[in-house]
Parts: sequence; C-alpha cells; structure tokens
Amino acid sequence: MSERALTARPRARDHARVVGSWRAAWLRVEGHWTWYRRYWTSNLYSSGLQPLLFLVAMGIGFGSQVEPGAATGGLSYLHYVAPALLVAGSVQNAIGESTYPVLSGFKWQKDYLAVTSTPVTPGQLLGGQLIWVGLRLALAGTVYALIAWAFGAWLGPGVALAVLVAVATGVACAAPMMAVAATTYDEGTRFAAIFRFLVMPMVLFAGTFFPITQIPPGARWLAWISPLWHGNELARGAALGGLEPLAALGHVAYLAALFAAGGLAARHYFYKRLVV
Amino acid sequence: MVEAKALAKRFGEFEAVRGIDVHVRRGEAFGFLGPNGAGKSSTMRMIASVSPRSDGELKVLGMDPDREGPRIRARLGVVPQQDNLDTELTVRQNLHVYGRYFGLSRARVRAKAEELMEFAQLTDRADDEVDSLSGGMKRRLTIARSLVNDPDLLLLDEPTTGLDPQARHLLWDRLFRLKTTGVTLIITTHYMDEAEQLCDRLVVMDGGRIAAEGSPSELIARYSTREVLELRFPPGEQEPAVERVTDLAERVEVLPDRLLLYTAAGEAALEQAHARGLRPASSLVRRSTLEDVFLRLTGRSLVE
Repeated sequence: MSERALTARPRARDHARVVGSWRAAWLRVEGHWTWYRRYWTSNLYSSGLQPLLFLVAMGIGFGSQVEPGAATGGLSYLHYVAPALLVAGSVQNAIGESTYPVLSGFKWQKDYLAVTSTPVTPGQLLGGQLIWVGLRLALAGTVYALIAWAFGAWLGPGVALAVLVAVATGVACAAPMMAVAATTYDEGTRFAAIFRFLVMPMVLFAGTFFPITQIPPGARWLAWISPLWHGNELARGAALGGLEPLAALGHVAYLAALFAAGGLAARHYFYKRLVV
Repeated sequence: MVEAKALAKRFGEFEAVRGIDVHVRRGEAFGFLGPNGAGKSSTMRMIASVSPRSDGELKVLGMDPDREGPRIRARLGVVPQQDNLDTELTVRQNLHVYGRYFGLSRARVRAKAEELMEFAQLTDRADDEVDSLSGGMKRRLTIARSLVNDPDLLLLDEPTTGLDPQARHLLWDRLFRLKTTGVTLIITTHYMDEAEQLCDRLVVMDGGRIAAEGSPSELIARYSTREVLELRFPPGEQEPAVERVTDLAERVEVLPDRLLLYTAAGEAALEQAHARGLRPASSLVRRSTLEDVFLRLTGRSLVE
C-alpha cells in the first residue's frame, strides 16, 4: 500500500507550496498549540497562577496593613497593585518564554532548523514565536484577571484594556530577549543573570508595588527606562483611570519602539544563525 | 535536479567547499562519500537552500537558492545529520505539524501521516511521544517526515550514522524502496558500504574538493584492483615483511595494523607469501571496496 501511495501524484490542492508570511507565522503558532494542548495544565499553573499568589500575598495579605493614601491615589492597596501585578507577571512570562525555549530551538531541540528547512523563513518563524508568546500572555492574563475579579481587585471594565497592555508590554520585552537568545551559544548562563539583575529588580522597583516617586531622584531614571514601568502606568491608567492622554501616548511609543528595535535585532540574528 | 559549477563555501578564513562541479539527474541516487570535514554537509546545506554559497553557480530544481529558497524548499525533503524532531510531540503530531508548513490542508496531512507511518513501520507507535522511540525509530520518523510534501528531491545527510547494524539495514531497505518509486536521492555518508548499497553514482570528497566521480563499480575498477589481500602480523613483524611482499602486488598499502596487497588474484599472492616463509597472524582475501578507492585517492581511511 505504502509504495503505491508514495508514487501516486497528489491532487493539485494537495501539492506542497509556499504560503504567505502571515500564514507561515500562524502555522508556527499552530505547531505550538499542538504542543500546548498536551501540556497546558502545568503551563497555565506557572504562568497564570503565580501572579495570583502575589496578588493574594501582597494585595490582600500585605495590603490589609496599608492605609489608602496619596501614594495609592486614595485607593485600597489591592486595587493599586492588581493591575501592575498583571503586567509584571506578563513581562516575566514573556522573558521566560523568550530565553531557554528559543535557545533550545537553535541548540538543543533544533526544531528551528527543522522549520526553516521547509518553505517557512527565519523571519516568519520569529513572527510565529512572537505571536505565540502574545497568545500565551493573553490567556494567562485573562485567567489572572478573572480570578482577581473574584477577589474584588477591579473597579470596572477597564481591566480588559489592562490585559491588552500586559500582553503588549510582554511582547515588547520578548522581542529583544529573542535577539539575545539567538546570539547565545553557550548553555544560556546569561539568562539567569538577566533574571537576577534585570528582571527581578525591574519587578521590584519599576512602580509595581509602590510609586517610583519613592525612589531617590538620582536613581529614578532606572525606572523610566524599564519597559515594565511604562506598562504599569498604562495598566493602572486603564484599570483605575487618571492617566493623561499625552503620558499614555509616551508610554505606548516607548513600548512600540522597544518592540520594533528588538524585533529587527531578533530578525537579524535569527537569519544570521539559521542561514549560514 | 542539481547543477553546481565551481561551487564554494567559506566560513571566514576556512574553506569548507573549494569549487566543486556536481550534476544530479532525475531519478538517480547520488552520493557524497568522504570523511568527516570533507565538505559534504556544507554542500548539502547549500543544496537544501538554507546556506548561501560563497562562490560559483548553483541551480536546484532549475532555481537559484539565493532568490527562490522557499520555492525550492517546498519541493525538497531534508533529513539532517542530527534528528530535529519535536521530542515532546507524538509521532503522528510531528508529521501533522511539519506537513502544515508546506501549505498542505489538514485532511491531506492526516492522510499522509498514516501512509508515512506505515512506510516507516511506526504505525503502532503513532501516539507515543518521540522521546520514547529508539534511535532507529527516530531516524525512520525523520525520513518519513521528509516525505510529507512528496518531495522531488530527497537530501539525506549521514542517514545511518550512529545506528546499530539491524536498524541500518531496515533503513536502507526503506530508502531502496523510495528509490524504486522514482524519488531522486542525494546522500552523504562516510560509510563505504552505505554508498555501495544505495548510490548509482557518487563523488569522493576530500578537503572540500571532489577527488573522483563515477558509479561504485566504475570507481573500484578505475582506482583499485579486483581483489585485496589483507595480512596481519604479530607486533613488530609487519615492518620487515613490507619489502618482501611489494613485488607480489600492484600496490601495497601499509596501515598501522595490517598490510593491504592490491592484486587481481589474492589467493595466489597469499600462497606466494607463504612460500617465502612469511607467517602472518591472519590473512583475508576480499574484493575491493570504495574504502580502498578512498585510501588510494587520499592516502587515508574513511573512518578514522
């Protein structure tokens, strides 16, 4: 049976062909989805529920000791911290998804080499990775938002926009991280350093748990250049209101610029590593 | 199918491929035989349209890989040296996901996957994770995966390296069946038995250059004798024996552990050696192989 089937010429619509760029990227997402369906429970736990632990511990537990005041905009600490925890979780997820998993595609599993042996190009592969990360973040963010809602962490429907902000901030961070992963040839020791010395300090000091006005003026620029601060400001603006349109535009522009620069760098290094 | 002229590949200062001419015809099994580092894989990657050439001309399926890479790749099957299967997916899922990259419909990849699993004798492992397969099974799955788009040209880079003899023979059988269905094969290998088994025509590569070209039997006829007499001596006795046997053969190769006497009549040469009082620890008369061709052309063994 097999011989005959192998020689039989496929019908015209069954012929292999080159698909468009968006379609190619989407097929990569489809491949990931096939994998995700097998492993979604453990993934959803680590990406969606971890921020919830923070919300319970910080927002409800620690927050019970915090008086609403000027720093929290007169709101309860739970309301103050919930949108930022959404973004901070999203950024950590995004960076995690863009380090070892991407390096593995080049180095261990080598599935990137398999994908780019097909009509799919390295640029389309990268696009698929970014879309996939975005979808994962959207899912995790939604789960977080729904459960936080049960805790009474939201004031209104602005939370939907906050989830979008979280996804956008995460993807903006994922793009440059993928560029870093594509230029990593060792076992990825630098990823641990990035987590310890960039990501963790950013989560702690970029306006997630307290306003950056508490940071000494000389060091405040560190918060300004961190993508998470821009995301936090936008998410709070969306969930709680009170953000000036011009400031919002500035934050969006910063994240867009990070995404564009990171994406171009990643594209460059994906080609450099896969087309040699 | 493939047309290369003065094809070259450089990595910085290092010249992996130093100007080779290759012409692969439709329906044949074409081999690149050579030791590790001969430039075989670099050549394969250029043909696979994932590695731009540094110099020379290259046409694959009538197209230029630099400009029409995706269109070429749509019609190629690629079996890389190292398996790059998705180890966390099942056998079937690997075929489904990969087939979709070629723009095939879901229905098409589903049907094709069943057919290919049968061909690769993996049907009973269809829903097992790739991680749990043996090396030979993974290799067969990689080959099955490379056929998902009904390729016009199949590229196999060291298809059986690292497999046990039984797994190799099973794989050769599958490749031979493919060949009979008219698929054009290009194979790199550093195993001469593999080249002899599978290739209609091959080039011997060494140091980025082509040392010889022809069918296995042509190459053996041109560069070696019909038979080879192998003589093993106890330690220390090989060196004095060399000059006493030189006139018994057309050519004598001195390997670290044995002497190879190239002659049309091996048994006769062995009798003469015995008549001269030589007492080798063991002797063997065999037919010439591509290994002998390679030794003649480069002065080195294929597998070192």
